[in-house]
Amino acid sequence: MMNIPPLSKDVLALSMRRSYVELNARARAKELLDPGTFREILGPFDRVMSPWLPMQGIVPQSDDGCVVAKGTIDSQPAVVIAMEGKFQGGSIGEVCGMKMAEAFRLARIDNEKGIPTRAVLSLESGGVRLQEANMGELVIAEIYSEMVALRKHTPLIVVIAGPTGCFGGMSLAAGLASYVVMTQQARLSMNGPEVIEQEAGAAEFPSGDKPFVWSVNGGAQRAATGFADLLVEDDAAEIAKAVRSLFSKGHPAKLRTDKYELFIKRLSAMDWSRQWTSEDIRKVWKEVAE
Amino acid sequence: MSDTVMNRGRKWFEALAGNDGSVPGNPGSLLLSGGKLGDEEVVFVGLVPDPKSRFPRAGRSEVGVDEGWFGTRALRQVIEADKDKKVKRPIITVCDTKSQAYGRREELCGIHVAAAAIIAAYADARTAGHPVIALIVGRCVSGAFLAMAGQANRLIAFNDPEVLIHAMYKDAAARITRRSVEELDRLGQEIVPMAYDIGSFAKLGGLHALLDVAHPDEPASATAAQVQSALIEAIADSRAKPATLDVRLESDGAKTYRKASLLVRQKMAEQWNAV
Amino acid sequence: MEILTFEFPASGPKGKRAHVGVVGSGDLEILMEPADGNRTKVKIQTSVAGFGPTWKAVLERFLQNYPAASNIEINDFGATPGTAALRLRQAVEVSKS
Repeated sequence: MMNIPPLSKDVLALSMRRSYVELNARARAKELLDPGTFREILGPFDRVMSPWLPMQGIVPQSDDGCVVAKGTIDSQPAVVIAMEGKFQGGSIGEVCGMKMAEAFRLARIDNEKGIPTRAVLSLESGGVRLQEANMGELVIAEIYSEMVALRKHTPLIVVIAGPTGCFGGMSLAAGLASYVVMTQQARLSMNGPEVIEQEAGAAEFPSGDKPFVWSVNGGAQRAATGFADLLVEDDAAEIAKAVRSLFSKGHPAKLRTDKYELFIKRLSAMDWSRQWTSEDIRKVWKEVAE
Repeated sequence: MSDTVMNRGRKWFEALAGNDGSVPGNPGSLLLSGGKLGDEEVVFVGLVPDPKSRFPRAGRSEVGVDEGWFGTRALRQVIEADKDKKVKRPIITVCDTKSQAYGRREELCGIHVAAAAIIAAYADARTAGHPVIALIVGRCVSGAFLAMAGQANRLIAFNDPEVLIHAMYKDAAARITRRSVEELDRLGQEIVPMAYDIGSFAKLGGLHALLDVAHPDEPASATAAQVQSALIEAIADSRAKPATLDVRLESDGAKTYRKASLLVRQKMAEQWNAV
Repeated sequence: MEILTFEFPASGPKGKRAHVGVVGSGDLEILMEPADGNRTKVKIQTSVAGFGPTWKAVLERFLQNYPAASNIEINDFGATPGTAALRLRQAVEVSKS
């Protein structure tokens, strides 16, 4: 008979882990809310879908790739918005963008009435849905407007877990957030790697070089350079816990978008005579600290 | 793209502000000036090409890291200076901006936050009571639109083939969506939000005014007077209504082309308190 | 995009409404609601045209095990018959839960 050693604590913990990355948007929203409190708004059976996609022969999704759910987080009223990265790359069209903007707006109105509705955005998005182009541009501007207004009342938390990541217009939404939570495999940047390579050449941005790409916009680099506040394992319970811990903290001492003097100072400390590396940013950001 | 178009932004800024907008300490691409419209003190903002940009991948009328952070600082200073005034100075942004900047340095040092910062500054200026007007005289595409015009109370665009508001340039959009440019043109005829002409953008309800200007390249005195008039009207209209972006959804254009947006607004309000 | 509609005779105990799946590459979503009467109606929006007979076969096989009168909507982005059958079974599980 074989003598099988007992599994180590680490291996056991690993086997108990439940991947957040593998969950669809609806399941992610459920994980972020207190158990049993998930109540979806404009769900699949409301059938509010993109009017533009069927016009060009693209199959729509019943919720347009955006799940909005009310519930509680640590017993406080909350709204969670979760993007479905597998539907059209999580791109923002008229309906899903409007669901997001309205969720923030209704949360703000709650706060103005004394109901402290908090907001979490689970972002998987390539940016504007090009099949809806200017609809996406307009609605994203409205999303930003509501985020800037809501974050004055209550911290606004963005979770980026992957595999799609957060690019384009929605990376700016992450920039507006009070807090950003990322996993190692998540990526956050304004322009996608392929687009930068297309515009600027492979020497500037070798988009096929995965370690390079993640060294620029991956979760670990973003967390090390203060563009993400927490780097969390791909575990649904850990991510929900991270979000709760940030709400407990309350508003950040300073919003990232208010740190213009700091960033101006950091930029002047960079070496402008040559290309930059991810290590350069870590070094200078540490030297020119807050 | 001719030199004239590249410099429309600068020409219009200088015509309206009366000076070149250079401020020591600001990047050469960022123009900023006090000025007057009618009897009122206003602030003019512009973005122009800057061959001396320290970012090699910026300086061709892009919204880059420097434009984002220094633009934010400039706007925050205006908000701070007027914070105890009953009447806040209008902020007029002359937009002729190609796009956001695409580069390694940009992504490394967080261009997404630099752009978010100027967006928040414009939004906060608007909600503080500054009439924020975007005057689109040329291109205003993708991140440039979102950063420099998206948060304005009112958008005014020249009715001219060189004026472009869009999510992405046609060649890049064709490549990414794996369609031909001809297919995109065909789709744009049926699907108004995809179209590239400014008339189609105007249909969606996001513009306050589409201005027929006799010589959009040359701000001669008659043309400039026409634009000043339009700006003054937009400022007054901004002050007459709430400082939100709702005016875009309440427009006739939205009633036709944003029925789905209005349905989402209606149904979410119904369901919000029911759950 | 092709739109297919089917109707089948139906009878039997109904469950609650169910939604499963995602309109992602190689996948589909299903909205299933109990219907009055004795017909099951299916509407499919699919990105891959020309597979009417295949869908009919998949549905007939599925409905042998789930005869309750339903309205079924499927938004399909190129799922295989196997994936479609799986999603249909998942929908039934949800409707019975």
